[in-house]
Amino acid sequence: MKMRHPLAHARGLGSAKSGTSHWWGQRVTALLLIPLVIWMLYVVIVYAGQPFQVIQDFFSQTINSILAILLVLTMLRHAQLGMQVVIEDYVHSQPLETILQLLVKLFAFAGAVTGVLAVIRLALQ
Amino acid sequence: MATEKNTPERHQRPISPFMIGPYYKPQLSSILSIAHRASGVFLSVFGSALLIYWLFALSQGAAAYQAAMLWLVSIPGMLLLAALCFAIYYHFFNGLRHLIWDTGRMMKIEQANRSAIFVLSGSFIASVLTIAIVGGWL
Ligand code: HEM
Repeated sequence: MKMRHPLAHARGLGSAKSGTSHWWGQRVTALLLIPLVIWMLYVVIVYAGQPFQVIQDFFSQTINSILAILLVLTMLRHAQLGMQVVIEDYVHSQPLETILQLLVKLFAFAGAVTGVLAVIRLALQ
Repeated sequence: MATEKNTPERHQRPISPFMIGPYYKPQLSSILSIAHRASGVFLSVFGSALLIYWLFALSQGAAAYQAAMLWLVSIPGMLLLAALCFAIYYHFFNGLRHLIWDTGRMMKIEQANRSAIFVLSGSFIASVLTIAIVGGWL
């Protein structure tokens, strides 16, 4: 006997009501991070020890500030989605879990605003 | 019920035992799996914070930038950077392994064990090379 209503099957959202969107979000951000993290490692290895002016010149090129913004946004989204699962798995007290999930989202959002603004200010100096 | 989680304390029913702990002997698959999680959490907390700290410090101009970078060349600062270096390479290579699995490939035990060795040696070599280059030994 099938206990599941066909509508639930058609919606495909499962018991957590969010379907496969979290899973896809984690994979799509992971794929985007492959080139972005390679670029970041290159930047850190080549530029992190350089004088300020060299780094500023680098980030004043549009392509580099675009890549930096993409990196910040993609990494924070991937990190937020990842931390969400870890908290779901290990934190079993409902109020604490809700608070932690909100805090992770808040930090990711604040980090995104700070990072994007910093890249823009740096590029325009 | 909406506010209740199915914790074992509340409902005395069996749960499957943790892969890490007294019930299973340690295996490459379980160790690398928990290491992916640990490196992801470590990168999320310290890596993304440091990236944003760096960009923010740069955005405040040359003098502020130099002052903000001083602590990074202390011993604790360098240890943090070295740990982040290992964590990002490990999570990167093992993340590729995960993405290949997601396409249904490389899932046989021997293949998973071989890719595990590849991930471990790849991230070790890449980290040592990176630290040597940044440290000026290469
Ligand atoms: C090229 C770079 C990266 C790739 C390819 C990648 C790949 C992945 C994949 C495939 C997963 C899902 C693993 C699973 O199914 O259990 C994952 C999880 C995760 N990633 Fe990444 N990742 C990358 C970079 C990052 C960075 C930079 C951070 C943090 C700033 C991060 C934080 C996390 C976290 C917290 C999780 C959740 C761990 C878990 O659920 O056990 N990742 N990553």
